[in-house]
Amino acid sequence: MSGTAYTTVIGLEVHVQLDTRSKLFCRCSSQFGAPPNTQTCPVCSGQPGALPVMNLRAYELAMRAAIGLNCEIPQFTKWDRKNYFYPDLPKGFQTSQFDLPMSQDGYLDISDPEGAFEERRIGIIRAHLEEDAGKSLHDEEAGKADSRIDLNRCGTPLLEIVSQPDMRSAAEARVYLTELKLLLTYLEVSDCNMQEGSLRVDANVNLHIDREEDLIATPIVEVKNMNSFRAVQRALEYEVERQYELWQQTGRKLGDVGVTKETRGWDDEAQLTRAQRGKEESSDYRYFPEPDLLPVTATGEMVQSVRAGLGELPAALRTRLAREYQLSPYDADVLVNQGRSLVDYFVAVADRCGDGKSASNWLQQDVLRHLKETGTTIEAFAVPGEQLADLISAVHSGALTTSRGREVLTHLISNGGTVAQAMQQLGIEEVDQSELEELCRELLIANPKIVADIQSGKTKAAGALVGQAKGKNPNVNPHDVQRICLKLAAEM
Amino acid sequence: MTLIEQSATELLGLLKRREVSSRELTGAYLDQIDAHDQQIHAFLRTDRDRALQQADLIDRRRAQGESLGSLGGLPVAVKDVLCTRGAVTSCASKMLENYVPPYDATPIARLKEADAVILGKTNMDEFAMGGSCENSAFGPTRNPWDTERIPGGSSGGAAASLAASMTPLSIGTDTGGSIRQPASHCGVVGLKPTYGRVSRYGLIAFASSLDAVGPLARTAEDVALLLGVIAGHDARDSTSIVQPVGDYRAATRRPLEGLRLGVVSEHFGEGLDPEVAQTVRDAIDLFKDLGATVREIAMPHSQYAISAYYIIAPSEASSNLARYDGAHYGMRAPEAEWRDGGAEENPLVQMYRSTRAEGFGAEVKRRIMLGTYALSAGYYDAYYLKALKVRRLIAQDYHDAFEQVDLIVGPVTPSPAFKLGDKSEDPLSMYLVDLYTVGANLAGIPAISLPCGFSSDRLPIGIQLQGAALSEELLLQAAGAYQGQTTWHSQRPELA
Repeated sequence: MSGTAYTTVIGLEVHVQLDTRSKLFCRCSSQFGAPPNTQTCPVCSGQPGALPVMNLRAYELAMRAAIGLNCEIPQFTKWDRKNYFYPDLPKGFQTSQFDLPMSQDGYLDISDPEGAFEERRIGIIRAHLEEDAGKSLHDEEAGKADSRIDLNRCGTPLLEIVSQPDMRSAAEARVYLTELKLLLTYLEVSDCNMQEGSLRVDANVNLHIDREEDLIATPIVEVKNMNSFRAVQRALEYEVERQYELWQQTGRKLGDVGVTKETRGWDDEAQLTRAQRGKEESSDYRYFPEPDLLPVTATGEMVQSVRAGLGELPAALRTRLAREYQLSPYDADVLVNQGRSLVDYFVAVADRCGDGKSASNWLQQDVLRHLKETGTTIEAFAVPGEQLADLISAVHSGALTTSRGREVLTHLISNGGTVAQAMQQLGIEEVDQSELEELCRELLIANPKIVADIQSGKTKAAGALVGQAKGKNPNVNPHDVQRICLKLAAEM
Repeated sequence: MTLIEQSATELLGLLKRREVSSRELTGAYLDQIDAHDQQIHAFLRTDRDRALQQADLIDRRRAQGESLGSLGGLPVAVKDVLCTRGAVTSCASKMLENYVPPYDATPIARLKEADAVILGKTNMDEFAMGGSCENSAFGPTRNPWDTERIPGGSSGGAAASLAASMTPLSIGTDTGGSIRQPASHCGVVGLKPTYGRVSRYGLIAFASSLDAVGPLARTAEDVALLLGVIAGHDARDSTSIVQPVGDYRAATRRPLEGLRLGVVSEHFGEGLDPEVAQTVRDAIDLFKDLGATVREIAMPHSQYAISAYYIIAPSEASSNLARYDGAHYGMRAPEAEWRDGGAEENPLVQMYRSTRAEGFGAEVKRRIMLGTYALSAGYYDAYYLKALKVRRLIAQDYHDAFEQVDLIVGPVTPSPAFKLGDKSEDPLSMYLVDLYTVGANLAGIPAISLPCGFSSDRLPIGIQLQGAALSEELLLQAAGAYQGQTTWHSQRPELA
């Protein structure tokens, strides 16, 4: 049986917390990290009689994200109640969107800059708004198994983004998530912080196994509890193997009697998925239109104004950087993936020094390394773009060697100021040509062995003189020393 | 006429002229409650100290020449379905027996701003589900005209408190007739405003798309006075209407001219008590004397109103009442019943089950089950969705009718107040008492119930006027004109 060809089929449901100041249906703060139950009111704690009022900002952010995902924005959208009992859901229903979501039919293009797979278009079925639930804090201490509820998160606006099952590998799923997060970050609709739960991923996965006659689909599994993109990839890789082996053992397939969608949780420590107990497969949420909220009409002007305000998004930005600054797709990708601020910085540097490739190299090799080492961001970087540009220009003109350029950059990071000031403070100045010739002549006279080596064709021997020259005057250009020494030795 | 039997408008005059203080007035009503409410049980709770304190404060401010709100020291009774900050709001349910809301409902806040004195919270059918006040978890309210009989419901306490002169003004709520029907049974005036005219913020929801807060009083002008206080846009209720509030009191004094009344012939058909039919017809004749023209109108879908209502209202209720689960507030079944109870279910589910089994009464459970069923997969289209379609057709019927007539006139209830226990064993016959009232809720239009006579058993009979959306002024104008010619509303029952 081994070696049977199969296709992996993955669809992702991503919940993103929208970056509003207040909650979706009340004025409570949606800030993460406050002491339990300090950000609640009659509305979000589900008190009898309290009523929701929609936060327009949440709707605008959702529309921004949806348009960024190339979704259609229907003119009419409404709210629905999803009814179920759980202690972190104080109203006994979640206000969500069922049959008329605020957006649908979009897509996100993904590609692998290293070429592991071809560029793919991942369909977006829909993106809809809903409120988050609270958090259950389970305290198993002393066998009492008490549960505590924190309602601070209750009512925080979420955008649920449901993809088509268009991904064909765990690696693609990871790239999709990375690209989605980048897009949402560019759109400034969410901080997408997985640790704080602003971005959560559930995956649906199964296999399509090619047989001679027909195509067999394994039962669909929903995988939850993945707390990083790496965990998503690992969990899906694991699940693909598990499903294939299970199919080989049992032959169970989608559509067989008794086969339902299974929910499994990823155990990151054990690196495996486990069947999750509880959630009944037949759960009936009894959706119906939320009578306490009015349907929302998206006017053409609103859609247009949101569209106009999106700014340049990652995919377009990559293409433009590659074209206008002669960058390789890989370099453009690295820069764009760092976020809009870094791209803005790059553009400022490249435009001023007139050399995109060098600007990209300096950013990637020096600036990004510095940011990574110090754990800071480009916004906090001490060297303004124009100074880095001047530095690059100085290296171009030969006024600085690359290595002295790095010294200047280090100096600028610590002390600020201009490139000229830094060079002065570091004692860097151009060495006069006749002065340089005099220095080389002195060195040759002092090293007859090297002169003899050069004259016998071992030009590499001149390298030793470069070190000595730098020792005597740190501002000399090594290339010039080499060139002059060879010339003078030949004349001797 | 004693002090407490006077109309709110008359009392307001006395207060303004300082012929009576708010303390005296409040005290007089509290005394009346003390004297008779053991028998009537219109109130679930009063707070004498708090009410008198509030009255004193208003008297002091008046003495200092401060300008007061439009209720300037008048006592008001409030149905126990509206949240009052810091004071128990129970919905007449064991589930919320000790529930103290952390906030005031908007209508309550507006009463306080208008310098009303809140006397107490009135009895009702549990969660406003019922038409007799027998579904209160804390015992029924009795009709002051005949204490063997029901006062109507669900705002039974609100209507009875007025009939028994325990308050000059009362706030009720109406989801399918819950203001108009008890007003009719108790011989007082009750107005169900246009959906959204009065904020629902803080009204403990029964059926959100049907619920309306409204005034009850003994005269049209008093009802107008109270409506003027509680009506108006509220940013906390997304379904609240933004249009400005009318001058309702002025409307009640405006002479009636050329009123076009419509009569739905089906409303005078089978099931209507002949005495009620005759009394209502007499009232219509009086409107004719006042210059009104009357014509028959067709409401082809009104026969389906009860069916649609008893799908939509329970569906919404099943969701609205899900929050009473013992987890956050209100009643929770004793822990011993669900923790380690050896049940197959996990303790959480067992807690939900025990709490809801013990906290809710039979009628509430019946409606939760009805609604849960109607919304379930496989039934949704056949029941809930179909009911919504019927609702649209009914609204269309009204819309068409109001192109031909200004108001629709007819009975409020099929019969005068029945005896306690008469319909308790037969929920369906109980549901049918809403026959003439649910249409206004389904269509979201305003309607008023006015006393228009008595049965041979000396039980009050009411007449209902229904108008197009936001026609409150016209309804009150017609009601004022009618009351100008009649004295039904000034009659009082003898209390034991």
